[in-house]
Amino acid sequence: MLKRILAAAAVATLLSAPAGAQQIDGAGATFPYPLYAKWAEAFNGQAGIKVNYQSIGSGGGIKQIKSKTVDFGATDMPLPADELKESGLVQFPMVIGGVVPVVNIRGIEPGRLKLTGPVLADIFFGKITKWNDKPLVDLNPGLALPNQAIAVVHRSDGSGTTFIFAEYLSKVSPEWKEKVGASTSIKWPTGLGGKGNEGVAVTTQRTNGAIGYVEYAYAKQNKMAHALMRNRDGEFVAPDSESFQSAAASAEWEKAPGFNLLLTDQPGKKSWPITGATFILMYQKTDKVNASRQVLQFLDWSYKNGGAIADSLDYVPMPPKVVQMVQQTWRTITGPDGKPVWVGAAGM
Amino acid sequence: MTGIAASSGFEARIGYWARSQKRYDTAFRLGTALFALLVLVLLGGVIVALVDGAAPALAKFKLGFLVTEEWNPVTDEFGALAPIYGTLVTSAIAMLIAVPISFGIALFITELCPPWLKRPIGTAIELLAGIPSIIYGIWGLFVLAPLLQETAQPLLIESLGSLPGVGFLFAGPPLGIGVFTAGLILAIMVLPFIASVMRDVFEAVPALLKESAYGLGATTWEVVWSVVLPYTRSGMMGGIMLGLGRALGETMAVTFVIGNAHRIHASLFAPGTTISAALANEFAEATTDIYLSSLVALGLILFLITFSVLVLAKLMLQRLQRGLGT
Repeated sequence: MLKRILAAAAVATLLSAPAGAQQIDGAGATFPYPLYAKWAEAFNGQAGIKVNYQSIGSGGGIKQIKSKTVDFGATDMPLPADELKESGLVQFPMVIGGVVPVVNIRGIEPGRLKLTGPVLADIFFGKITKWNDKPLVDLNPGLALPNQAIAVVHRSDGSGTTFIFAEYLSKVSPEWKEKVGASTSIKWPTGLGGKGNEGVAVTTQRTNGAIGYVEYAYAKQNKMAHALMRNRDGEFVAPDSESFQSAAASAEWEKAPGFNLLLTDQPGKKSWPITGATFILMYQKTDKVNASRQVLQFLDWSYKNGGAIADSLDYVPMPPKVVQMVQQTWRTITGPDGKPVWVGAAGM
Repeated sequence: MTGIAASSGFEARIGYWARSQKRYDTAFRLGTALFALLVLVLLGGVIVALVDGAAPALAKFKLGFLVTEEWNPVTDEFGALAPIYGTLVTSAIAMLIAVPISFGIALFITELCPPWLKRPIGTAIELLAGIPSIIYGIWGLFVLAPLLQETAQPLLIESLGSLPGVGFLFAGPPLGIGVFTAGLILAIMVLPFIASVMRDVFEAVPALLKESAYGLGATTWEVVWSVVLPYTRSGMMGGIMLGLGRALGETMAVTFVIGNAHRIHASLFAPGTTISAALANEFAEATTDIYLSSLVALGLILFLITFSVLVLAKLMLQRLQRGLGT
């Protein structure tokens, strides 16, 4: 008898557990994963809602949200407005990141090498093959650049980092745009492929005369030797949160439907030219009102309280101006009855 | 009376027991058959899934898929030639290096080694086989590749790079990472497999044959060449094929050191890619359907290559067993 009561009690607890614990599911880009995971943990502690984010890659995130297996998708490569409309999705930027060219040249101190967009494109085209080729020497009159072959290092896996980098090269080099283009993986004209940020970083650090590109947080945490880039205003800038925010703030988000805006080569004296954002995808008209509301609650909490966590992980929060615009967009997300699922933090 | 009753009761119990045993037997036989069939079903399922997934790419690119080097995710143009080439060339390098060394190891252990050294060497080879491939990859990237870039590659480029006929294989700047390094890592990885199969088949040579040859005054080399080798030829081929199968499909270690570039270079020091490395790298972010389908088609090609290698290996091992039986 006692046994039976215990068993019944056990079954009851098992059944009630999923109902009691609330969970929302998301999947997508790997780049913001460390940040989303930290935010999710802190948010769960405060709101009691578990956020389960799987970092399966931007492509996977787009597929999962389109097949409605998750409550939100995440991508580093924004979808164009017509594709959003076609699949009934809304898209908004969540956090800013930058891509940093890193180098390994004997005798050159970190942060001394100056590059321009067209020169960077020519290096990744394999047209500039030695560190003492004329365009590099002309840009860096004070540096003793060695007579060393350049080893180009790129990502071998598909990545939002590659997309941002290639998109920048497409903007500054018409030839790159025509012959290579921009996507999460591209047909590289030359170079070695490393898997992940760590693959590119290690290959760059272990190969003499190498140049690669990695995501900013990764470059900073590993104290990699970055290069200075000339931005659209003609200034040479270093990659840091200030120069990323400057690029994000200078961008004309108002004119980009679906926030389909790339932050590369933005105006502004301080703007870092190879800046990008990572995006969230949700359904405009949702069947799961409760889950969508909780997703927005999580994202709202992250905008408001996640800044410190983002800073500690070297991600750059969105400027307040953009956050306000995103929150306007949230009000257009409706349930099956046409009522908005989220009406501001007060509504939760 | 009571005796008869007891005995018939006993018989009934025996009969019941035998019948139930028979039922258990049948259930057991069916159960195990089911588990065995599961393997066939799984294999069939994998083939169906691969063919189904690869169909769009094969329909679009047709046979051109096999002979095109182009791999452009931006324009959605895909061809499998570069990964097929990389897979075959890295495996060929691995075999060229691993087979003679394995042969030497196996021969030393079975014919020449002092008995006290047999166990340690045998155990070391088995331990080598147990190291996870990612460890080889990390070691290759952190230790082997920089070492090759600084020492072996400049030397080879200077000495062999200008030779007529083969010079093009050793041309270009020393990058450390590339097809050659991948082949080298693969050689180290398949070596224990080939060596231990070879050791086993060498040990299967009847002592009588060898001792007769020694009795006739043959040297160790003559015994190996005229007795051991002919006797174990197909077994050795089986071992080599098993090693080749592993080299063809190896993923992580190769991905780390091959440079992952969808291009075919004459030089072995240039970066390349293999089928499995391309799959490991690109699956997660294959955004368009045709891209994904092309990757699955690559998987199908790899499946066919390794499948035929393993079938060959099985056939050769069978020939060896038949040879032993007669």
